[in-house]
Amino acid sequence: MPSMLEISPEMIEEQRVYADMGLTDEEYTSVRSILGRRPNYTEIGLFSVMWSEHCSYKNSKPLLKKFPTEGAHVLQGPGEGAGIIDIGDEQAVVFKIESHNHPSAVEPYQGAATGVGGILRDVFSMGARPIALLNSLRFGSLQQPRVKYLFEEVVRGIAGYGNCVGVPTVGGEVQFDDAYNGNPLVNAMCVGLIEHKDIQKGIAAGVGNTVMYVGAKTGRDGIHGATFASEELSEASEEKRPSVQVGDPFMEKLLIEACLDVIQHDALVGIQDMGAAGLTSSASEMASKAGTGMTMNLDLIPQREQNMSAYEMMLSESQERMLLVVEKGREDEIASVFRKYNLEAVAVGEVTDNKRFRLEHHGDVVADVPVDSLAEDAPVYHQPSRIPDYYQSFQRMENYLPSVTDYRETLLDLLKQPTIASKEWVYDQYDSMVQTNTVITPGSDAAVLRVRGTKKALAMTTDCNSRYIYVDPEVGGKIAVAEAARNIVCSGGRPLGITDGLNFGSPENPEIFWQMEKSVEGMSEACRELETPVIGGNVSLYNESFGGKAIYPTPVVGMVGLIDDVEHITTSHAKKAGDLLYVIGESKPEFGGSELQGVLEGGHFGQAPVLDLQTEAIRQKQLLTAIRSGLVESAHDIAEGGLSVALAEMLFHDELGCEVTLSGELVSELFAETQSRFLVTVNPAHQQAFEQAVTDARAIGTVTDDGIYRIRQKEVVLEEKTSVLKEAWKGAIACLVKSKV
Amino acid sequence: MKFAVIVFPGSNCDRDMYFAAKDQLGEEADLVWYKEANLANYDAILLPGGFSYGDYLRSGAIASTSNVVEQIRQAAEAGKPVLGVCNGFQILLEMGLLPGAMLPNEKLKFMCHYETLNVENADTIFTKHYEQQEKIEIPIAHGDGNYFCDEETLQQLRENNQIVFTYEENPNGSVGNIAGIVNEKGNVLGMMPHPERAVEALLGHDDGLRLFQSILTNWREQHAINA
Repeated sequence: MPSMLEISPEMIEEQRVYADMGLTDEEYTSVRSILGRRPNYTEIGLFSVMWSEHCSYKNSKPLLKKFPTEGAHVLQGPGEGAGIIDIGDEQAVVFKIESHNHPSAVEPYQGAATGVGGILRDVFSMGARPIALLNSLRFGSLQQPRVKYLFEEVVRGIAGYGNCVGVPTVGGEVQFDDAYNGNPLVNAMCVGLIEHKDIQKGIAAGVGNTVMYVGAKTGRDGIHGATFASEELSEASEEKRPSVQVGDPFMEKLLIEACLDVIQHDALVGIQDMGAAGLTSSASEMASKAGTGMTMNLDLIPQREQNMSAYEMMLSESQERMLLVVEKGREDEIASVFRKYNLEAVAVGEVTDNKRFRLEHHGDVVADVPVDSLAEDAPVYHQPSRIPDYYQSFQRMENYLPSVTDYRETLLDLLKQPTIASKEWVYDQYDSMVQTNTVITPGSDAAVLRVRGTKKALAMTTDCNSRYIYVDPEVGGKIAVAEAARNIVCSGGRPLGITDGLNFGSPENPEIFWQMEKSVEGMSEACRELETPVIGGNVSLYNESFGGKAIYPTPVVGMVGLIDDVEHITTSHAKKAGDLLYVIGESKPEFGGSELQGVLEGGHFGQAPVLDLQTEAIRQKQLLTAIRSGLVESAHDIAEGGLSVALAEMLFHDELGCEVTLSGELVSELFAETQSRFLVTVNPAHQQAFEQAVTDARAIGTVTDDGIYRIRQKEVVLEEKTSVLKEAWKGAIACLVKSKV
Repeated sequence: MKFAVIVFPGSNCDRDMYFAAKDQLGEEADLVWYKEANLANYDAILLPGGFSYGDYLRSGAIASTSNVVEQIRQAAEAGKPVLGVCNGFQILLEMGLLPGAMLPNEKLKFMCHYETLNVENADTIFTKHYEQQEKIEIPIAHGDGNYFCDEETLQQLRENNQIVFTYEENPNGSVGNIAGIVNEKGNVLGMMPHPERAVEALLGHDDGLRLFQSILTNWREQHAINA
């Protein structure tokens, strides 16, 4: 794409230069009619990034409206950098998830690192101190050398950035499936803590006020990143490596501290980070939200490279930059706050009253467009939707019943599946403890952080079983929310709300749009039933790799819950021999989309497990009440691999044993992924009280101290040393990474 | 007793160190920005972990050239306790207050988890509340924690009882399993594991608290003698 040559408005139209930037003919015509003339090169650049799916949500907006976004304790819903939920005592929790899939597919280290940097800025620009990072990752098969490379580098990138800025990476999920071979998913979530009085907004209010630029200088990195993120990956994607930004976590750390200082300053009017579409989006959104206009002199923008054009500066996605609006005449007070950290804060423009976005460069006006046309008036598309053939044929299938002969071997196989296996190889590389609030470190159902100075704690998790969503998007969408909530409840928390990271293929494909539509509907229903409003999120579309193969639909749920008293914090590992083991909920022969189906059949098909949201809600409430009453020693949700895997995971921590007797059909009892189920251990002293509190609980055995995992049905049907099972589970990923292909 | 926690650009365990001294030990503590430091009125200096100056050039190298370093050196010479943890240890090495250097971990990966440490010298101002050869649980979190020194230096460290903590199982390739060392005088301790992260049972272990208590006890004894 030409950048330095000044391409005339006529050439843009005649040679359809806009098409290279991702705009359609209709969109170009629309820009032309908004301006009443042909746009120049800089202007068409502004429109192309702001109207990209990544910035405008033009294809997903109609779906996002379906999400319930309100609740008594929601202080800030979707629309700002991140959503905010009240947690009492004038405190609130701020959180959001964001994808960095496309950059990570071509430059995994920097792609993942800058994903972390971006989500941190979304949170601290609200005025909150970031207290935790989580992530949700998807990779293809670790048998493939490129996948291995992507996996190792993405993890290293997340670690490199998060560790340096001093925000603990406390949890997340990693799954592996061939569907992600060419297109990994890297979603990063940040959780922040804020006092109500400190909540900021990204608005450019007050005509005459000064626009200030803070942080790293603008370079040529990341130009058109948002556009790149809004198209399919292809052979040519490697050429887009320059579209991937380079992160500097040290600069970010300085920015965090300086911004948390500056929000205490009454001269600050608004603050927003420069994320996707950099200066263009932050400036135009701040003005549009405030109902004002803005003029900027690009000569004043701190530049890292020489001879940058207006187009390059406006479209650069250089990292670690913030835009501030401050009261006129008080610029130096603000600048001095940043000076402490050796950061420059430079006045670059002014808030105007004419609702125009006006840019000057070298004495010329290089852009003059209505500000709302960039931010709020982006086109909205109602894409056609069509039920995919595969789904119809799955629905017509007879219920899939796996054939298993050797239960022990099957359990070992399942424990070695990278999706189930221990993720220690991953999380050991993350500093999960800095800030000294982490009560439950990675490896349990949810991470838990105490809120210093109070009795409260926060539980947080990311979840999405994309295999169910592929098999049945609506049911799978419900399951994603329900499973996240189970993780929170098992930790002793009440789910507060979610942030969603919607990762799909091309919305222009009606079958993929149908997947989006149905999974959003399913998630929305579950959010209503479980009272967890959606307070923000991110959409990443066009996740398709070479040859047009789309990923499994992957709407990731990031959930935060409140634990009223640190005394209620519960972990998933069994505590001591003699405790009773209970299963909450009956198993059914449900194997569509299950881990066992993948192992036996090499793919997923059939019907997803049924989810009854009323039953789910009742069981979650009963279990939470029992936990809060001190009746539960440990709690774990039954997920991938079914009861047999959940039981093993529960025993690994202290290599305890179990003596369990199961009735009913064994393959289902052991491996089915029937929903709304939990495994808990209870001190015998609390047996009666627990059984009264949790009506669907059924005693299946006891925890033992002989280190033997033993399951009977009259006779012993599965027996192995817990240490042997643990070895298989613990070493699987490290082994796959090290193995030569 | 009054602790100064030195904050460099990029320090990120500064607040953890501050809370350990203030809330868990219950003594006075200040976060002291490196540019504005006046350390004369403090009884002990804490150099926290993190990534001062982004670990650019070499971990701890740039911080070791800042102005505050002269005051830290004076405090050390005056016999005040100086504790450097993780990046703080790296800075002490770069300053030359402690011998040796830090290499990247043997496996070339950052690692964060609890390690079992052996208390090799319970007769220092930092360890008097531990038993000799006691095993304690303290977490590590570092990418460059592979302590290196030549044979001769190692010999000296051993002869002078300067090795204070060793790893039960060496996680990073450190010479002699070394996790922490003191200077010859015994008032400057550098260690890679984070005692300030292990001061509350709620967060896992509180074995680290006794290190801070040792500093306090020693100070009180000194104070009593001087008074």
